Amino acid sequence: MSAGWEPVVGLEIHIHLKTRTKMFCRCEAGFGGEPNTRTCPVCLAHPGALPVPNRQAVEWTIKLGLALGCTIAPRALFHRKNYFYPDLPKGYQISQYDEPLCRAGRFVVPGPDGDTEVGIVRAHLEEDAAKTVHVGGATGRMVGAAHSNVDFNRGGTPLVEIVAEPDLRSADEARRFLQLLRQTVVELGVSDAEMEKGTLRVDANVSVRRIGEEGLRTRTELKNMNSFSYVGRGIEHEAKRQIAVYESGGEVAQETYDFDAATGLLTPHRAKEEADDYRYFPEPDLVPVEPPAELVERLRDELPELPGARIRRLEDAVGFAGAVGLVTGGRDALYAAVVAAGAEPKASANVLMNQFAATGVDPAAVDAGELARLIEARDRIPRAAFAEALAQAGEPGFSADRHVAEAAVTDPFELQPVIERVLAANESQVDLYRLGKAGLLGFFVGQVMRETGGKADAKAVNALLRERLG
Amino acid sequence: MIDTLRLTAEEALGLLERRELSAAELHEAYRRAIGERDGELHAYLRTVEEPDGDGIPIALKDVISTAGVETTAGSRILEGYVPVFDATVATRCKQAGLTLLGKTNTDEFAMGSSTENSAFGPTRNPWDPGRVPGGSGGGSAAAVSAGLAPWALGSDTGGSIKLPAAFCGNVGLRPTYGTVSRYGVVAFASSLDQVGPVARTVRDAALLYRTIAGRDPCDSTTVDLPAPVELPERDDLRGLRVGVPRQMNELEAIEPGVRAAVERSIELCRELGAEVDECELPLSIDYGMPCYYLIAPAEASSNLARYDGVRYGFRAPGATLSELQERTRDEGLGDEPKRRIMLGTYALSAGYYDAYYGKAQRVRTVIKQEHEAVLASFDVLVSPTCATVAFELGAKALDPVAMYLTDLLTIPSCMAGLPGLSIPCGLSEGLPVGLQLIGAQFSENTLFRVGYALERALGFDPVPTRLAA
Repeated sequence: MSAGWEPVVGLEIHIHLKTRTKMFCRCEAGFGGEPNTRTCPVCLAHPGALPVPNRQAVEWTIKLGLALGCTIAPRALFHRKNYFYPDLPKGYQISQYDEPLCRAGRFVVPGPDGDTEVGIVRAHLEEDAAKTVHVGGATGRMVGAAHSNVDFNRGGTPLVEIVAEPDLRSADEARRFLQLLRQTVVELGVSDAEMEKGTLRVDANVSVRRIGEEGLRTRTELKNMNSFSYVGRGIEHEAKRQIAVYESGGEVAQETYDFDAATGLLTPHRAKEEADDYRYFPEPDLVPVEPPAELVERLRDELPELPGARIRRLEDAVGFAGAVGLVTGGRDALYAAVVAAGAEPKASANVLMNQFAATGVDPAAVDAGELARLIEARDRIPRAAFAEALAQAGEPGFSADRHVAEAAVTDPFELQPVIERVLAANESQVDLYRLGKAGLLGFFVGQVMRETGGKADAKAVNALLRERLG
Repeated sequence: MIDTLRLTAEEALGLLERRELSAAELHEAYRRAIGERDGELHAYLRTVEEPDGDGIPIALKDVISTAGVETTAGSRILEGYVPVFDATVATRCKQAGLTLLGKTNTDEFAMGSSTENSAFGPTRNPWDPGRVPGGSGGGSAAAVSAGLAPWALGSDTGGSIKLPAAFCGNVGLRPTYGTVSRYGVVAFASSLDQVGPVARTVRDAALLYRTIAGRDPCDSTTVDLPAPVELPERDDLRGLRVGVPRQMNELEAIEPGVRAAVERSIELCRELGAEVDECELPLSIDYGMPCYYLIAPAEASSNLARYDGVRYGFRAPGATLSELQERTRDEGLGDEPKRRIMLGTYALSAGYYDAYYGKAQRVRTVIKQEHEAVLASFDVLVSPTCATVAFELGAKALDPVAMYLTDLLTIPSCMAGLPGLSIPCGLSEGLPVGLQLIGAQFSENTLFRVGYALERALGFDPVPTRLAA
């Protein structure tokens, strides 16, 4: 970042809850499917159809709110957010406005130089819009399209919107915050939170200011960044652009931009028609949500130890980066089990974050004892064989010993150069052997084994030596 | 030969039970009556040829969704719309064996007090075809009054059951908000809309209310009835306290004939053993209407947003989406919905919300409290349902505010979510006068008791004089 300036970043995150049914009707929720096969009078807004809230979605929102350190409202309201758009069949979205379920939280993001505390303004529950696909035209947007198709399968999916305070000071911090938030959501079991599927969406509000400056300058909003790294790049680009504007004496205009991953460029966002005044008012078709105190306490008790705390706990053993890698990869529980089974900590962390992570094996399916033995034997088998063994570590009946045994080197092309080296370095012993001292064969085998770090297959070496020495 | 003009639903049920008549014969008798008289009255928008059950027939206001039967809410924008599902009240009628006779006319989206705002032409009053039947449920009231249905369902937002019942000389109940499901009922103003019975007798109204009331899992705002619905049997009003709100009974606009009929009913209450006393509802009467005309249009502006020509109903062509939506709504919606959408949109707009919608909600709370306070001392409040009898077609069509004032006396208790029963209490210049009975939440049984005792004592003949011959 240019010297003397700092970015100020606030994030808005939308998370699809993975409830079995939609937010206000009992249509199946979920990703994909033939268009318009999961619809009913309610989510198609037929005349007279009424919403009935999904209890699971309300509970999960409370659970998520608790994980974000929020206060849970004893009485929350749904509001109508009114605007015309073809993917909004009722002409309004049922959302929450000034009385959301969760507010005033704080989420601690561990960093290499201490914690960043991110304030959570609110977390509220709403329904997602349907999906519009614009057909024809060059841009894939409505302007210029020949016609538009609407798929209502997604319409009505429960969506939690989390609004964070502008407490982040770099693209890196924003990425770390998102990673940790995502891991928290996944561990709570309330969402898959996958950006590529759209079950996690992030908008960033970005402004810059001189270091030491109080108050906030004009912010812009970045949309459509569909990976964490694009979020980071988008923020970096936009902060640089704003600094350049200020340094050349200009002013930043409040605007919304789309981030284009292909070009890395920010383009002004399509203006939603008449988007300025949503005419919010309390949804008269629903009664207030009043979560009983016992329910909130039960959900609080059900919270697992959160990822942020676990990073701090692991940091001493494997370093900050290692701890973040293990926790946000969801592999820290396996790490602890492997170490408990006798594997060396640093090496275990490395293996779990790199080779093991690359296999995509579900950590929960792995026998930690066997994996520990495999990790301990890692220097005695070839890299490729080790990787292959890791890939099978989740299968039932996986045995480290068998893999180590089977992975021994038998290939003559690999062994012969070693044998040649050993024989060349021990010419006098070769002579003695040829004179009849047969017991020396064991010595040569031992030397080859040492040269290969124990990876050679003793039988194969034996045979090759006999052949070579005649 | 069945005299549909005089047959009550209870009597019709008896005929079926005793197998003196089949459901098909009964259905046919009403279809014949419709064939004879509905050409002039236009109570129905469409009728059903064959009965779809083995019980007695019923007519449903066209805001109530009926699977497989076109449902337009009196609007061109829903022309051709055939619901794929039944409203919960339609389902409950079906489960009770009631057979659908047809869908009755209504002001467009139930917005009006005369049924003249129907996109498909007005309904005429069976007592005098030159006059309106009241609205918005003029179709249901006219049908029952003219013997074109033994009973019917209406919907009431600010008086749409009670007013037509008064103008047509039958019994109409607007139930306590939340006791009857709104699922499948085309919404006008969600926090006010309630479905209720229109019938020839108080007992019929109670019977029909019993059929449709109760919690519905599809409507989050519904509740279970605290007590079962009782069919009234007592002739007296002993032990009941009847309140006469001064502001509702001393209104200058009350016509002399209406005043006389209502005063006679109040006197009857005394004679039947009730304690009668004056009471006050000053704020509710002054602010009920203005408050209603902020809240109802605000909700309507949002409820009617779904009629955009994208998924069902009428669609006007357009080169772009906004042109399609604008033209569809311009051509598909009539003046009254447009007027209320504009009013409501304004009331909800940023910068105006607090001054209009927000304030109206606070006033609504005051109206509720004022009613609760008075109803702590009285079991039932009485007043005219309307200051006048049915007016002539076209008399108020060009003056929306004069039309709105027709509902002056029915609106306040609707705003408070309270039940109201209108029963005929006499004639003024040959036209029926409605008596409004208002009670506390869930006091329907009391209203039925008072209504029934008065009905017996009054001996009003609900058959329109000109049809009686």
